[in-house]
Amino acid sequence: MMNFEMPQFALAAPEIWLGVMVCVVLVADLFDRSGEARFAFWLTQLSLLAGVWLAFYTHWGDSGQTTFNGMVVSDSLAALLKAASAALAALTLAYSRDYLRDRGLLKGEFYLLALIATLGMFVMASASSLLVLYIGLELLSLSLYAMVALDRDNRVGSEAAMKYFILGALASGMLLYGMSMIYGATGSLLIGEIMLAASGGENALLLAFGMTFALVGVAFKFGAAPFHMWVPDVYQGAPTAVTAFLGSAPKIAALALFLRLLAEGLGDLQAQWQVMAIILAVGSLAAGNLFALVQTNFKRMLAYSTVSHIGFLFLGLVAGSEEGYSAALFYAISYGIMAAGAFGMIILLSHKGFEAEQIEDLNGLNDRHSGYALVMLLLMFSMTGIPGTVGFYAKWLVLQALVEAGLVWLAVLAVLFAVIGAFYYLRVLKAVYFERVENPQPLVSSRGPRVVVAANGALILLLGLFPDTLIALCRAAFGL
Amino acid sequence: MLHGLPLLSLLIWLPIAGGVGILAVGREDADRARWLALAVAAAVMVASLGLWFGFERGTASMQFVERVTWIEAFGIDYYLGVDGISMPLIVLTAFATVLVVGAAWEVVRYKPAQYLAAFLIMEGIMIGVFSALDAILFYVFFEAMLIPMFLIIGIWGGPNRIYATLKFFLYTFLGSVMMLIALIYLRTEAGSFAIQDFYGLQLPLATQTLLFLAFLAAFAVKVPMFPVHTWLPDAHVEAPTGGSVILAAITLKIGGYGFLRFSLPITPEASMALDWLLIGLSLIAVVYIGLVAMVQEDLKKLIAYSSIAHMGFVTLGFFLIFRILGGSGSRDGALLALEGGMVQMISHGFVSAAMFLCVGVLYDRMHTRRIADYGGVANRMPVFAAFFVLFAMANAGLPGTSGFVGEFMVILASFQAGFWYAAIAALTLILGAAYSLWMIKRVVYGEVRNEQVEALTDITARERLLLGTLAVVVIFFGVYPAPLIDVMTPSLDALFRLVVPIL
Repeated sequence: MMNFEMPQFALAAPEIWLGVMVCVVLVADLFDRSGEARFAFWLTQLSLLAGVWLAFYTHWGDSGQTTFNGMVVSDSLAALLKAASAALAALTLAYSRDYLRDRGLLKGEFYLLALIATLGMFVMASASSLLVLYIGLELLSLSLYAMVALDRDNRVGSEAAMKYFILGALASGMLLYGMSMIYGATGSLLIGEIMLAASGGENALLLAFGMTFALVGVAFKFGAAPFHMWVPDVYQGAPTAVTAFLGSAPKIAALALFLRLLAEGLGDLQAQWQVMAIILAVGSLAAGNLFALVQTNFKRMLAYSTVSHIGFLFLGLVAGSEEGYSAALFYAISYGIMAAGAFGMIILLSHKGFEAEQIEDLNGLNDRHSGYALVMLLLMFSMTGIPGTVGFYAKWLVLQALVEAGLVWLAVLAVLFAVIGAFYYLRVLKAVYFERVENPQPLVSSRGPRVVVAANGALILLLGLFPDTLIALCRAAFGL
Repeated sequence: MLHGLPLLSLLIWLPIAGGVGILAVGREDADRARWLALAVAAAVMVASLGLWFGFERGTASMQFVERVTWIEAFGIDYYLGVDGISMPLIVLTAFATVLVVGAAWEVVRYKPAQYLAAFLIMEGIMIGVFSALDAILFYVFFEAMLIPMFLIIGIWGGPNRIYATLKFFLYTFLGSVMMLIALIYLRTEAGSFAIQDFYGLQLPLATQTLLFLAFLAAFAVKVPMFPVHTWLPDAHVEAPTGGSVILAAITLKIGGYGFLRFSLPITPEASMALDWLLIGLSLIAVVYIGLVAMVQEDLKKLIAYSSIAHMGFVTLGFFLIFRILGGSGSRDGALLALEGGMVQMISHGFVSAAMFLCVGVLYDRMHTRRIADYGGVANRMPVFAAFFVLFAMANAGLPGTSGFVGEFMVILASFQAGFWYAAIAALTLILGAAYSLWMIKRVVYGEVRNEQVEALTDITARERLLLGTLAVVVIFFGVYPAPLIDVMTPSLDALFRLVVPIL
């Protein structure tokens, strides 16, 4: 006879909250007569911000209590992953309203899908079973496919969505295939039991195969080279408001996938996945930085720069220590903030019928508005990794973990690629500051994005001067 | 502590806050921005004099120390302090910034508020570099310096400014990221990021060599040493006058300072093992770059190359100490070489600033830097010509000017290392005189060459004040360098003791 134990619902409060709010938004949107998805927007933001608080309140300080028959786990890592993804989602959505309105895309569905995607990220962050992990991932991915296709009359957008969907489905298939092998080798879906079985050393070959497929799936979701082909097309083709969302919070979710599945579950196979992760990391650094050099489209350049940042983030995972994981987490969060700002900047400079997506569209920005130019300066230097901005600490923590793990040569390689990367970020600043335009047009932009862009820039500077709290949080999530 | 006031923090953050303030208020009103910038720069100058006079002579310990926890997880502190090596450089920085603000007064028309703000922020960051005693804090300031300099050259520079600023940025960035890895590695050995904890680590020679090379990558580019000097002529030529002044007077010194603060005391054995490399490169800089300077047709390029040659003297002095101890074994001789290098750094700060200001004066009137476009300037600008000749003499190392003191000390010390070191180093006196005086002959003397020169007007009261102040300083330290040497001797002596036990 099966035992039915009442699950401890309280440990899944953030997911339950978002799930309920998805229904509320769905219904509330029906009664929205404004035609501007006002209810959906504000309710979504409210749910996300409350989700940040709830994640900390529920999980912070927990030491891995499980519920739902061991399928959902509650620990500090889950708290930080959820809080970060919800906060980044809220930040990127704050940019979206005016952009979508100008293009006739401002519908409740957008916010609803974003909320469902965030729910998927929450589920992944707390998953301690392969199935839950997969459900969370699909919840996230399917919402993202739909969001990319939001502007369905746009050919480029539809093509990007199609490409994203097919490649994403393939990646999910790979992941699922790997999971099935892991299940076959260990006889369990629960991460904790997989960990025990893997350390026993039985079925090593099958497990190694499963791990490889799973890693390929993870790399696909991250967009790490050589599985990065979808990134530039999707980033360029999707409406910028969607790209902003896509480029920030889901990276946290992909990191959650890696940490739960490979670092926790298959931690004993580290010696095997470490080599593959090195290849992924170095490949991403090389491909991302070198291809970004030749881009003229700003969105596409940012896409390749994402690939290179993922490479750097993977280096933290390569270190394979708690230090390295916390460095990767810090990297993902700070990159999310930078990416949100960069795409937010594009949104701000675009207006009805005009997408400011070429680098040359930024020419003379300093003459047009010195404040925005300053934010751009902070963003680009942060991505380069110059101190005074949060991006420096992200890179430094990863290098620190690498050197402590004895991988000095990888650290040297990473900084060499960072120098190459500096060139294309500087090219953007060249357009902003050094190119002068005849009769600079003053910028007209609405108040919403303006405030958010300023706050985003201030956040990068603030974390660049006082990174202590965020570093301490990221370390505490791994018990350091 | 002598004072309750956190003087170093004030020196760092006052100009940065001032710069931000200028950005906020000066967008429309250029005059307000100018006066505000001058007020801030003057206030920092006064505060730095407080540093000079409040500094306790005769001790090598760090003074004006401030230490607050900054990043707790890694034991990184906001840790500031100065000794006799860094303190004069801070005063020099404050002084140079006042000059830059003054020199920009009517000249910079495009976005003057941003120009002045960039220099004030730059000033704060550079003072931070000189006063940081925590390696990560040092690195933060060291790298952050790139941001304002990148903008200064790129926005207000000459026709080829974009190429120059990108080259400047990427060269210096490449050098410094290597240093970051070295610093991280040192922490795993020392257990903390405090620079003084890095001293006296008993590292194997192979490790030391790698660390030394990493530091060399960072500092050699900054100094700049042959063969990584090629960014400097480009950057100097394209930078606005103020940018050239700050580059020559301060940022080059950061390379020299780095050798004293990091390379020599942290990796003494590697420094000794590789001193042939540094001495060789320095001598090449002195002789070869000196010859290159001679054939330049561009005024600024000529001074830029002469800067490289002079900085070659600095590194020569720093790394000769091993040869001197190995040669004559004279401790005093080795100390003399270190002191000579330091005095040369300070003196070059004044002299090169003055030279670039002089070129700026000419450029503002003629809008050309080609030597061939000038001739007979003295006929129309007698006062200016007097200053220009004085500074050129100082650049050539004429006795009675500050340029002489440092060069003489280094040459004197190098005799104890061996005759040929001294002989080659002394060539600089000939070469320096040759390119400086030949340039003066072509620009200042002779017949009035063309109508533009005919139409020149002599320097204004503002320019007179700037150049006059510099002339006083150059002659004062040329005649009486003792105050400067007194300040730095105890610290250099302590540094020396860190390096020497290995011998």
